[in-house]
Amino acid sequence: MSEQLMWVIVGMGIVTYIPRMLPLVLFHTNHLHPKIQGILKNVPFAILGALIFPGVLTINPENYLYGGIGAAAAFIAAWLNLNVIVVVLSSIFVLYGYTFL
Amino acid sequence: MMPSPAVHREETPAYWKKGVQAGLPIAIGYMPVAFTFGLLAKAAELSLFETIGMSVIVFAGASQYIALSMIVAMSGAAELILTTFIMNIRHLLMSASLKERAEDDPKWLRAIYAFFITDETFSVAATSPEKKITGSYLLGLGIVAYSCWVIFSGVGYVMGSGLPQSLQDSMGIALYAMFIALLVPAAKKSKKVIALASSAAVLNSIFSFVPTLKGGWGIILSTLIAAVSIEFFMKGDERDE
Repeated sequence: MSEQLMWVIVGMGIVTYIPRMLPLVLFHTNHLHPKIQGILKNVPFAILGALIFPGVLTINPENYLYGGIGAAAAFIAAWLNLNVIVVVLSSIFVLYGYTFL
Repeated sequence: MMPSPAVHREETPAYWKKGVQAGLPIAIGYMPVAFTFGLLAKAAELSLFETIGMSVIVFAGASQYIALSMIVAMSGAAELILTTFIMNIRHLLMSASLKERAEDDPKWLRAIYAFFITDETFSVAATSPEKKITGSYLLGLGIVAYSCWVIFSGVGYVMGSGLPQSLQDSMGIALYAMFIALLVPAAKKSKKVIALASSAAVLNSIFSFVPTLKGGWGIILSTLIAAVSIEFFMKGDERDE
């Protein structure tokens, strides 16, 4: 396949780029119905929920608790209004500590 | 350069810098993911050129992983490309949502920063406190995330295995921690945000038990159901963005 593989990769790139590009380049925002605008504004928060669960629980497929502890650490840090980087680093740190328990 | 007519507009370099800073947590999160991709690509007997090429051209984590497993399983080209498409069609939603907040940049510029839309760059941009998102912010954000992704794909390929396993494991939380860090401040201020995120989370968890809805479709479906139904059932926009 390796002769052909570069072309497959190019094909993957094209089908990935098209959905990324179409609405941004072709939509005319002014013509969208207010309800649809509202829905589009909801998308980020809904997507965040769907991205976090159930994915975070499966980062260690044998132990759901592992991801759960990491998520809890991130939640607490984020609740304290810490900077995003600090939230990320502290959850890594907590899990790194947990592996030595 | 013409003198800027808008009084309140910040200078472009300031936005660019903000974008770069906002991209740093993504870069940390991408490191282990890209590194592991490089490792697995080598195991799947891709060349270094093909490995870096895939990260340069596709720039989409989950579908690159799946592509590797399909290459190992000797899947056909059409199957590979179709799967990639299904995995990444969710970017349609993000692109449309971003269009709502983005400034009216020229088409060619939008066509460029559209390339950098991923789950992570979108989440960071869409939850940023600015009212309007500028092109230079999106470019700064995207380029930081992208460079990290490409470079660490190569590093993973070349180094084989370098990082201790326990550190690699714990770094797997990074992107999720970032998502949580983006969500919680908004959720503290708005019941609507809580409703949106938790309903999509529950739906996607249920969908994860349905084989055909794993990956791409599950996220699209749960996001759409949550975003549409809550728009219709919850009165008023309590968000003070």
